[in-house]
Amino acid sequence: MTQPKLQVKNCDLFYGDFQALKNIDLEIQEKEITAFIGPSGCGKSTLLKSLNRMNDLVEGCKITGEFTLDGVNIYKDMEITELRKRVGMVFQKPNLFPMSIYDNIAYGPRTHGIKKKAELDEIVETTLKQACVWDETKDRLKKSALGMSGGQQQRICIARALAVKPEVLLMDEPTSALDPISTIKIEELASELKKNYTIVIVTHNMQQATRISDKTAFFLHGEIVEFDDTHTIFSNPKEHKTLEYITGRFG
Amino acid sequence: MRENFDCKLGELNRKLLDMAAMTEQIIAMSIKSLVEQDEVLAKQTVEFDLKINEAEREVERICLRLLLQYQPVFAEDLRKVSSVLKMITDMERIGDQAADIASLNRALIAKKQKWELDDIAEMARAATCMVTQAIDAYVNNDEELANTVIKSDDKIDELFVKTKNKIIDEIAADKANGEKAIDTLMTAKYFERIGDHAVNIAEWVVFSITGIHKAEKIM
Repeated sequence: MTQPKLQVKNCDLFYGDFQALKNIDLEIQEKEITAFIGPSGCGKSTLLKSLNRMNDLVEGCKITGEFTLDGVNIYKDMEITELRKRVGMVFQKPNLFPMSIYDNIAYGPRTHGIKKKAELDEIVETTLKQACVWDETKDRLKKSALGMSGGQQQRICIARALAVKPEVLLMDEPTSALDPISTIKIEELASELKKNYTIVIVTHNMQQATRISDKTAFFLHGEIVEFDDTHTIFSNPKEHKTLEYITGRFG
Repeated sequence: MRENFDCKLGELNRKLLDMAAMTEQIIAMSIKSLVEQDEVLAKQTVEFDLKINEAEREVERICLRLLLQYQPVFAEDLRKVSSVLKMITDMERIGDQAADIASLNRALIAKKQKWELDDIAEMARAATCMVTQAIDAYVNNDEELANTVIKSDDKIDELFVKTKNKIIDEIAADKANGEKAIDTLMTAKYFERIGDHAVNIAEWVVFSITGIHKAEKIM
């Protein structure tokens, strides 16, 4: 068995007195898409955020257990800047900076010390192409990114995340605020990116999970009830609670 | 949480069972018209087939609406709806074959020829039993009974071969009886095909319960 790209061992997470994650064990394999599903408040976004330490600044948040990236503990043995470079994140709503499309994409590389214009130009073009939004943006790179449509902004967010050459992409309901066409584009993009990246996606859309993910974890009340191949989860789940959730009997 | 969906699944089930009952009824009608040489009933049987076609359309419409509006996942619900979609095709074909039997019967009655019913009575009984059991297996989610239907296909196939050989002998003995013998053979073949469709229905019942069709995982 190859070493998982990301591994969570025996994780508990508390927000003050409230336990949001209970005894989580999970292995995420390289160059696969792993989907987190479950009703609102079940802990799936909390776990996703923990994978690149987005909970560090949340007051009263206490995490125990071990989180590793390529076997290295991300809470103890890795600088947060390195972690954030290697593990990118895309949120539910596009959150571009109020600056040009070009500067949004170049922001990360500049932070990591890339100054040459030719090099930045190359990164901007490559990542916008990778995110399938180059044709729509190539003539307006210097214009405000906020002038683009929601679906375009979300793809620019993905390009921005890709600009620092991450290895893992975390996506928290990336299409829930998008129209159906933009949703399909993001899904196709995720499937394409899988060739080079490890992707973890939180989604409330069951069909989306079946369309794009290789593995699916079903969360309930802060626990992982079942984790298996996506096909198994949606066709023949082992746990009755999983069946009840995916067939819409609760949640 | 899913009251509307369950309500529509219930409607689908009711309409499917209506169609299944019509399928059993048309087989019974075609057999009765044979046994009693009843031309009127044979004509009614042919007409009744049109009602089965309409029933198929209606069940099909409900299935497609369910798929469009609810996009059920493969576990349970999609399996159920897709197996219903497949089963109604076989039920509709059973209706066609019962009507074909009635049509042949009408032609023979018109020629005032008498049937040798012994040859096909056993096949008619076997086919009827298979259809009834396949439908019962669906109603009761009974995988074992569905498998019984699948296994009984060999028996009706054997009966057909036996009937065919007997008819060949009859033709050899008296060539003047050729047309009637061929009509009898065709009737026997229709009953054998009805048995095949019952097997298909049973296989979709197994799929609906297990997700496995003819020992293969479909998805």
